[in-house]
Amino acid sequence: MNRFLSVRTIIDWLVAVSGVLVTVASLGVLAVLLVDVAQDGLGRLSWQFLSSFPSRRAESAGIFAALIGSLYVIVLTALIAIPLGVGTAIYLQEYGRRSRWSRLIEINIANLAGVPSIIYGLLGLALFVRAMGFGRSVLAGAATLSLLVLPVVILSTREALRAVPSSLREGSYALGATKWQTIWNQVLPVALPGMLTGIILALSRAVGETAPLIMIGALTYVPFAPDGVLSPFTVLPIQIFNWVSRPQAEFVRNSAAGIIVLMTVLLAMNGIAVWIRDRAQARSRM
Amino acid sequence: MISSGVRRINFERIIERVLFACTAVSILVTIGIILVLVVETVRFFGEVSPFDFLFGTVWTPLFLNKEFGVLPLVGGTILVSVVAMSVALPAGLLTAVYLSEYAPPFVRRVVKPVLEILAGVPTVVYGYFALLFVTPLLQGMIPGLAGFNALSPGLVMGIMILPMVSSLSEDALHSVPRGLREAAFALGATKAETTIRVVVPAAFSGISAASILAIARSIGETMIVTIAAGQQARLTVNPLVPIETMTAYIVQVSLGDTPAGTIEYRTIFAVGMLLFVGTFGLNLVSNWLRERLREEYT
Repeated sequence: MNRFLSVRTIIDWLVAVSGVLVTVASLGVLAVLLVDVAQDGLGRLSWQFLSSFPSRRAESAGIFAALIGSLYVIVLTALIAIPLGVGTAIYLQEYGRRSRWSRLIEINIANLAGVPSIIYGLLGLALFVRAMGFGRSVLAGAATLSLLVLPVVILSTREALRAVPSSLREGSYALGATKWQTIWNQVLPVALPGMLTGIILALSRAVGETAPLIMIGALTYVPFAPDGVLSPFTVLPIQIFNWVSRPQAEFVRNSAAGIIVLMTVLLAMNGIAVWIRDRAQARSRM
Repeated sequence: MISSGVRRINFERIIERVLFACTAVSILVTIGIILVLVVETVRFFGEVSPFDFLFGTVWTPLFLNKEFGVLPLVGGTILVSVVAMSVALPAGLLTAVYLSEYAPPFVRRVVKPVLEILAGVPTVVYGYFALLFVTPLLQGMIPGLAGFNALSPGLVMGIMILPMVSSLSEDALHSVPRGLREAAFALGATKAETTIRVVVPAAFSGISAASILAIARSIGETMIVTIAAGQQARLTVNPLVPIETMTAYIVQVSLGDTPAGTIEYRTIFAVGMLLFVGTFGLNLVSNWLRERLREEYT
């Protein structure tokens, strides 16, 4: 009996230990990845690298065009995706009656979130680049990425709206406010931090996207910054991809340096999102 | 007074219509995706028979001697996906079990955000990691491993998908009522026995939903395989040689200068259609399983 008990205890202990080991290992991989990239690229990082256009000579090449291109695309994506996504979320959460129709839309959005990003690239190529005639432009890229992040914006905004207590709405109605007055003056201000967190995370996903933008024909060699929404463009992940696929070691160092810049931007965006969430949580506890 | 009330009611109606219009966009996106894929695929099947496409074993649309058998691309996709899932499923589930059942609260508070970072790393960065770190490392251990292969991007993809598996599985484990655990403890079960024989089976539909979603994700993943798997469509189960996945093929064509309207251009929509049908089907099954879990415990 005693021996039997000890075997069971050992198994119990083994499960716990392997859980710790696997968790530590996956965190270790992240550390190895970051260290590897830092070792390869840190030496290449300089003001010259940030402010130069791409070049055939690796030492004088830089990411200026890609940085400005990414900035253009993200700002435009935000302008398209935020109103559409927030509008949809408000409709589904505040207006949508528990009907078949809104149930169908919900399932549809959940499924859209699981469609591979490259399929959005095919849609963007056929719809925005060809049918609507945007060409291989910033606008076509931003429109494609907007559709890609739309489900994420909708789902996270709904989450934030759902967290607003219904007593707040009822109190507002009791004072004679209309539905929209209630939403605008009571619900949205309370839900705003949660919405912002979700939106920033969705946009940070768009910053790192590569495949759909390759599909719509963002160029891999762009020696100029975009000067408008119909200008050809490249973005940081595509510049990195372009350099990774070259055989020369100097270009590989460039891509590592590009990754450091990209990861810094993404970590900053994530940090801001988490900060907003924590601040709001701290305030709501008071 | 009355007129301002009427105006207010009109305003409310307009707002509701505008919000509904936003909702309609998401439906239009779905219709748009399906329409674009169907139109180009139908045109493609005007030139290549569906049978040759689905069951052919040679894929050379970019060569002079064109063959349109998609099986090598499907095989390459499945091969990488199997490698990825053999990392992501066991490791993701163990992490979920540890975080949900064993870890003290402060460990969860630290580990969860870090795992989120792992999930947020852009895929092009994972591609770099697979090609320039993991492949050379593996070449030291496995003689005869090609510079481009299915193994290295598969392993890296598994690491990328792990946070998704662990976070969704953890949600499923969390939704199992405490009473079940307490009953098992009361019967004298250890923590491991409770977890393996009570909690995991009770959360099974949620865990399968997470796994299926992860499979769909690995099938649709593009940049890691484009960078590190090589671009040679080949029907094989050997993970040590270069292969090509469906997604990598689509990228390969769009990087070249393929004019619209040609048969090469249409192949990417036909391949895209196959990819869409596969991932959409998996997503539907996953949603259905998750609904079942919700019904069981609410």
